[in-house]
Amino acid sequence: MTKTLNLLRPGEAGVVKSVTGSGPVKRRLIDMGLIAGSRVQVHKLAPLGDPMEIKVKNFNLSLRKSEAALIELQPE
Amino acid sequence: MATASLTVALAGNPNSGKTTIFNNLTGARQHVGNYPGVTVERREGSRRYQGQDMLLVDLPGTYSLTAHSLDELVARNVIIDEKPDIIVNILDASNLERNLYLAVQVLELERPVVLALNMSDVAEKMGMAVDDQALSRKLGIPVVRTVGNRNQGMDDLLKLVTQAAKDNKSTSFAVDYGPVLEPQIKLLTELLASLTEVKYPQRWLAIKLLENDQEVVRVVGAMPSGQEVLAAVEKSRTELRSALGEEPELAIAEYRYHFAGEVFREAVANSNGQNLTTSDKIDNILTHRLLGLPIFFGIMWLLFNFVFTVGAYPQDWVEQGVNWLGGAVAANMADGDLKSLIVDGIIGGVGAVISFLPQILLLFFGIALLEDTGYMARAAFVMDRVMRAVGLHGKSFIPMLLGFGCSVPAIMGTRTLENPRDRMVTILVTPLMSCSARLPVYTVLIAVFFSAEMAGSVLFSIYVLGIALAVIMALVFRKFLFPGATEAFVMEMPPYHLPTLRSVLTHMWERGVLYLKKAGTLILAASILVWFMTNYPAEVPYAKDYDQAKAQVEQTFTDQVAGGVLLPLGIETAEDNAALMSLVDQIREIKAPAAEEAEGGEPDPALAESKLAELEQANMTLYPYALRYQELDQTRQDAADELDKEQAGEKLAGSYAGQVGHAIEPIIKPLGFDWKMGVGLVAGMAAKEVLVSTLGTIYSVGAAEDDATPLQEALAADPAFSPLIAYSLMIFTLIYPPCLAALAVVRRETNSWKWTGFLVAYSTAMAWLVSFGVYHVGILLGF
Repeated sequence: MTKTLNLLRPGEAGVVKSVTGSGPVKRRLIDMGLIAGSRVQVHKLAPLGDPMEIKVKNFNLSLRKSEAALIELQPE
Repeated sequence: MATASLTVALAGNPNSGKTTIFNNLTGARQHVGNYPGVTVERREGSRRYQGQDMLLVDLPGTYSLTAHSLDELVARNVIIDEKPDIIVNILDASNLERNLYLAVQVLELERPVVLALNMSDVAEKMGMAVDDQALSRKLGIPVVRTVGNRNQGMDDLLKLVTQAAKDNKSTSFAVDYGPVLEPQIKLLTELLASLTEVKYPQRWLAIKLLENDQEVVRVVGAMPSGQEVLAAVEKSRTELRSALGEEPELAIAEYRYHFAGEVFREAVANSNGQNLTTSDKIDNILTHRLLGLPIFFGIMWLLFNFVFTVGAYPQDWVEQGVNWLGGAVAANMADGDLKSLIVDGIIGGVGAVISFLPQILLLFFGIALLEDTGYMARAAFVMDRVMRAVGLHGKSFIPMLLGFGCSVPAIMGTRTLENPRDRMVTILVTPLMSCSARLPVYTVLIAVFFSAEMAGSVLFSIYVLGIALAVIMALVFRKFLFPGATEAFVMEMPPYHLPTLRSVLTHMWERGVLYLKKAGTLILAASILVWFMTNYPAEVPYAKDYDQAKAQVEQTFTDQVAGGVLLPLGIETAEDNAALMSLVDQIREIKAPAAEEAEGGEPDPALAESKLAELEQANMTLYPYALRYQELDQTRQDAADELDKEQAGEKLAGSYAGQVGHAIEPIIKPLGFDWKMGVGLVAGMAAKEVLVSTLGTIYSVGAAEDDATPLQEALAADPAFSPLIAYSLMIFTLIYPPCLAALAVVRRETNSWKWTGFLVAYSTAMAWLVSFGVYHVGILLGF
């Protein structure tokens, strides 16, 4: 069972292993720098618990948890 | 060379400061249009630099150049089809790696490129100084430092652009896609070389085919022997998939990012950056777990009040100005059709157009402020959870909230939504937010038919119904009209920064001009149409001869004055006795003080009594006659007014609008409405509050907008009305198509008559169904 980005808590970080899913959502995630080897850190969750804000490639990105679930992380 | 205009396209990420640089370069010499057939905006401007004319095109801000998004496709097609002489790629130096990812794709299009390293000051502050020379060496193109919001580096940029145009050197740039991909790219490139009409760079085309780019696949498939190429592509892709263990497009994107990363690390000494920037600290408060929502609602409250409360003042001035102009023109023209057309049709219509302008300018001032500071992305972040429940994007919240004020700016506000499907759904449901123009309709009806204790609840129920319907319809439209996976929310949270006044004002100005040009003409036409429908045909059959009746009133007055005033005083006409006339005027003034003085409060009857007694003491002989004259004159006035109102009511009933009202009576009968409400609803299409004044005219109580009391009495006395029917009418008013001004804006924003027509059709049908349901359930429940 690989850990996915949506399971990280604020402050936790990981390294992207791969992006699952398909179509424009997947493409968008990749265009935003979520590719294998990228380090991601969860910044915070929105007041209502979703979406989440992460830091990747030195900028801040928000994405829904359902989208974060597409991002598999390397085992620590 | 120097005489021909140079075409310069500006490419870059959103939030890279691209538009600020564009504004710096072009100043006021710019205009906004649409790319043919789509709602993506095309922004163009001109600049003359050292004798060289330049045409600048501000491409849509994008993160990539795929065919997945319309913006990206448009940006890419401009570069390919229009072959701009120079592409200026603007990079956010403080966010260089991701910005380089786009630059790589721009370079692959093999046009002359100049890089503008923008916000280099921010990058330095973050401890990530960029070595522009290293960047230039590594990419083989000229690089210039700029600070867009301080207007720095523009001259250097223009110098490089003109220089690059003189060199006219296409970049021969290639990313190394590694041992697996490169042989396949080479194979396809050779195959493509045999195709005749190729406007694309061949290597780029080969890569795009391997990426399975739908647009490119379509173009190549249509070429002669294109199918053979596509077959070869399919074969390559299958081989690559097994060799790479993933989709080729992913591998290609990863190689691009790796390349961007290499360049980045070479050009930036400290590529780790800071962990917590000032922007992060601000963000920790503004999107705080507990404070985030209250802060958001506080900001929305400010925006709403800024637009509608502050906006009410200039709106009032505009209306007063228009009224004054109408009055001035009316006073200098002979009565007739032309006067009515100019005063009521054209000046009224232009007034309707301009009266929205203050709100629109203020709204876009506010929106530009939210966008430029970076808060807009946070607003979407905070609200997304709620809006997603109805299948919308976090950013849909703001236009829908503005809908409670006025649908016109609200619909224009949907521009902040990038995804066309989200925009369309938001545009379609925003009119269900009960706008402030509908409020007078509710208040008049509620005051007549509901007790004071009920009033608040009734009004509240209407607003809640509007929101509930908007939620339901958003879900329905999402599911049936715009099906498919919801669009990614994946959104950059740009660093907070201080906006420049110039960019905010430019944005505001641009929207104002667009509104006047595009929507304004439609609103004007619609206003004239409604004026025509309520005023024509000029001659309608009347139930009685009003001219004769008015002459009769005059005659009665003359006779009674002759008998009761002139004869006892022994004069020929009242005007002969100046003292009498002056006394009459004084009495009139005491009984009905001039409007300005009365505005302070209710006239005091006791005070008037004592003033009259004073007057009587001073003029013992003349006073009874003056009083008698004044009373007769008042009776004459009232009778004439009464006749005028009756005639206006009959004229409206006989007008085209009235005829439509009669014609639709069978359709609206099941909702409990009669033809009078039908006419009101037809006229209310111009603007919903017109429904009140139209009912006023029809009930022959005059169309005074500030005093609805006579109308309320008339409505209460009409047996055709009941509380239930009034409620049904309120619901219909809530739901049925928004006013023509809003429809004109919908037409402009969707760029489609089809969707505008759909909005009219669906809201009319829904208004009918809901009113029907409420009316009949109400009857069953015994209301």
